[in-house]
Parts: sequence; C-alpha cells; structure tokens
Amino acid sequence: MAFTAFSSSTAVVEPVARRKSPIALFLLLPGIFYLILFFVTPLISLVITSLQEPDPLIFGQFQNAFNWQNYVVVLETYWQQAIRSAGYAALATLFALLIGFPLAYFIGITLRPYPLLQALALVLVIAPFFISFLLRTLAWKQIFSTEGPVSGILSSLGVLGPGEAITGTAFSVIFGLTYNFIPFMTLPIYATLERFDLRLIEAGNDLYGSPATTFRTVTLPLSAAGVMSGTLLTFIPAAGDYINASREFLGSADTTMIGNVIETNFLVLQNFPAAAALSLVLMAFILILVSLYVKRSGTEELL
Amino acid sequence: MKGFGKYAIWVYSAMAFVFLLIPIVYTIIFSFNDARRTNIIWRGFTFDNWLNVCDAQTVCQAFGNSVLIGVVATLLATTLGTMIAIALVRYRFRFRNTTTLLIFLPMTTPEVVLGAGLAAQFLQAGVPKGLGTIILAHTLFCLSFVVVTVRARVASLDPALEEAGRDLYGNPRQVFWRITFPMLLPGIVAAALLSFALSFDDFIITNFNRGAEVTFPSFVYTAAARGIPAEANVIASAVFFLAIILVLASQFSAAARRRKLAKQG
Repeated sequence: MAFTAFSSSTAVVEPVARRKSPIALFLLLPGIFYLILFFVTPLISLVITSLQEPDPLIFGQFQNAFNWQNYVVVLETYWQQAIRSAGYAALATLFALLIGFPLAYFIGITLRPYPLLQALALVLVIAPFFISFLLRTLAWKQIFSTEGPVSGILSSLGVLGPGEAITGTAFSVIFGLTYNFIPFMTLPIYATLERFDLRLIEAGNDLYGSPATTFRTVTLPLSAAGVMSGTLLTFIPAAGDYINASREFLGSADTTMIGNVIETNFLVLQNFPAAAALSLVLMAFILILVSLYVKRSGTEELL
Repeated sequence: MKGFGKYAIWVYSAMAFVFLLIPIVYTIIFSFNDARRTNIIWRGFTFDNWLNVCDAQTVCQAFGNSVLIGVVATLLATTLGTMIAIALVRYRFRFRNTTTLLIFLPMTTPEVVLGAGLAAQFLQAGVPKGLGTIILAHTLFCLSFVVVTVRARVASLDPALEEAGRDLYGNPRQVFWRITFPMLLPGIVAAALLSFALSFDDFIITNFNRGAEVTFPSFVYTAAARGIPAEANVIASAVFFLAIILVLASQFSAAARRRKLAKQG
C-alpha cells in the first residue's frame, strides 16, 4: 500500500474471486521475463563482477575468479564513505519527517473541508518532481554560493567566517537530500491520514484527552504505516544518491558518499570489481531494511 | 492553546510550501536571465532564451533524445506493466508472492545499484551502450511503478459491468476492449505520465548506461562544472509548466467531481 501513494486512488473495491486461467500466463510472462532479464540477471552480473581479479596479461582488464577479498578491500578503503552515507541519509530522513509529517497532517486533515485547497496543496507538494532534479539542486547551490544572498546575511551576522562557504559542507549536502526527498516522505503519510476517521479525535476529546494526548495515542499510531513507508522511500534514494554530494553540486571531497565512490570506480577509474562489490554492500544494507518492512506488512500489502 | 495550534499548522505548512517552491521559482526566473556564458549572476531580463532555445544546439539535441527515450520506454513499460497489473488482481497463479516481490524490489533498489548492475551486464554481454541500452534501463524502473498505479485501478473496477457485457453475448475480446479497457484507461494514462516523468528526469541510471549519448539531465550534469546555459532553464521551465497544467486540470476535475457527488449524496 505504501507505494500507491502516487496513484491517488481512493476507493478500493473488495477483490473479485480470482480465477485460474491460461490467460494469466500470457499476461504475466512478458513482464516477468523482462524483470528477470534486466533486474535479476544484472544483480548476478554484479556478483560475478565483484569477484573478478585483474587480468595478469592485459592491464585494465579483469577475468572471472573467486576473489572475495575485493569486499575486504573496498570496505577497508571506503568504510568512512559508507558510514557517512548512512548518517547523511538518516539525518535527511529525520528532517524530511519533521517537515513532511506536519505537512501531510495539514493537507490530509486540516484541509479536508476544502477539497479544492487540498488538491492545490497536493500539487504544490509534487511540484518539485516536475522541474529537473539536477537544476533544482543547482539552484540551491547558487542560492548558497558565496555571492548568493544567504552567505551574505550569514557573514554579516558573523556566523560564517571569512573564506568559509556553505556549499561543500555536510550541512549543504544533508540540506539538499532533505529538500529533494520531502515529497517521498509527505505523500505516503498523507495517504494514510487522508483515510483517517476524524471521529476518533472527537472520541479522544470526549474522553478528556488533551489534544497532545489524543495525537500521541490515536493519530500517531494510526499513521505509523505511512511514516514507515515514507521513511523507507526517503532513506533508500538518499543513501544511494550521488548528485547532492557531488563536487559540482552541493558537496566537496569531504562529503563523498557511497554513490560517488561507486560512480567514480565504475565510470572513471573503470575498477569494475570494486564498484560492483560496493553496490552489493549497499544493496545488502537496503535489503535488510526492506525485509524488516516486508516482515511487518506481508507481501500482499507491498504494492 | 487549541487556537494557537490551529494557526501554527497553517503557518508551518505555508513556510514548507514556500521552501518547496524556492528552487523552482529560481530556475524559472533564471530562464529569463540575459546570461552570456554562465547563468549564475542576474544580468537583466530577456525573452531571447525562450525565443531561441535551439541556439544552444546541444541542449536541444539532449532534450530530443530525452523525449524519444521517454516515449519508447513509457510505451514498453505501460504495456508490460498493465498486463501484469490485470493478472495480479484478476487471476490466481502459483509463485504469486515471488512475483509480487520481483515487482516490488526494483522500486526499493538504489538507483546506483540498478545502473551499475545493468552496465555490468551490458559489459559482460558485449552490448555497446547507447540509446537502446538507456531505453532498456528506463523501461525496467518504470515497469514497477506502472504495475502499482494500474493495479489500484483494476482493483476498483466493478466486475458486474463485465458480467453485464458477457450476459449481452459479448465475446471476451469485445468485453475487454469495450468495457474493461476504457474503464482502466484513466489509470493507464496516469501510469504512462508517471513513467514519462520518471524517465525524463532520470540521471543516475542513465549515466551508467548512456555511453556517449546525451540526455537532458546528463547534459546538465556535464555542463554544471562549466556553467549551465540559460536555455536549459527554459526547457526545464517549459516542461514544468506543461506538467503542472496537466496535473492541476486532473486534480481540480477530480475534486469538482467529488464535490458534486457529495452534494447529490
């Protein structure tokens, strides 16, 4: 149910009794075949690549092997970037929650009596999706740049010393990640709050619960599913992102994340085994989080 | 206290909306900048960039590539995804949980991993990178989102309508094309628009599989080091306005319909 937030369907009719028919195979096979060919086998390719060793004869070429030490080497070399990615992504997820939850509450509950305003507010939340991801990140870079308005104000206040910049710091990278993924946090929470029965809040008030108590004991637990899927939807792309942390955008050499390392190793250094091993480490980390989520919600509820 | 809380959420949300809009407004404003080489400092208002977008030839070419990739990948993903969505809701089959997981996992896999995996596979198979490999990659990540979007529509379909069609001696093909498909169409259109938007704005997966081809986002990424031409802002702004008009129209018509229904009920 988490991901249906994007499809904005409201009523779901009770499912029809499912039939068994050869038509099912005809409908499923092409798509499933595609997913196996371009999702499953690439993952196998990554495993094979991650275990390769340098070709002793041709420099820059690799041959198939069982060189599991690649994993030890990349973890030893890049453990800082790996931990930094998890930390940045976790902080960005937290900030996105602090902004996204009240926003979702506002749209789903406060604006419920005004359907047109509600529709407009939803459009505003997804509006960032419609302007190029790279350009909107560059816009922040220019707003934060030393010639920009923010730096000027901060320098005159003395917060920013001479020669110090906002861009290229952990702050600007986390800021960018937070900004870019707020919609992913807001929409799933909105989807659960939209169906929230307002009479439950009335009941809480009738039972002498203060607004805070009612919120804590009624509203919050009932929106937990949305918060969980929003967290997942924000954390995953943030942990693997390499645009915000890239030197040309909001980062610097000190803010390199695991995505940057994978990109450099694959596309610049052409050290394919290292890039593949790091990708699989990231994938494993994400899979652990996802399996915790699946365990809670069950496979039928996934889509 | 209660009154204060009521205002606080309005103020907080208004601030959040302004925050969300800042870089969008910035990008649009700078599409009107009379920039010479780099578009960083405001030099005065002009319509030139809008009137002569294709003066920056590489931008226009990159835009053309992105549209072509988006259209083909959307057609492929929408066709395959709609078929899966119908099967998931309507039919009973073995390996149902495995199938669901197979559709769910690409959405939770970080883009770098999808990109690197496909690139590793193309490398091992000796497939040269180009428009074809970009399209194959985009179809993959759009597919799951199509399934999710269309599935919701299939699930909300009233089966009595199809039964009525069968009772009136419609053969399965007639029932599908005259009843089921038109009813599913809004969901399919929504899925196609979502696919196109995802494909058009994708950078990470594209970057791993593009070879020497340039798409609009990859153009912006490469140009970022030297300075983005204002024409790039023009294209991004034009796409933004188009998308916003489409979404506003559909949202408002849906809201108006709900209100009408509420009045009748």
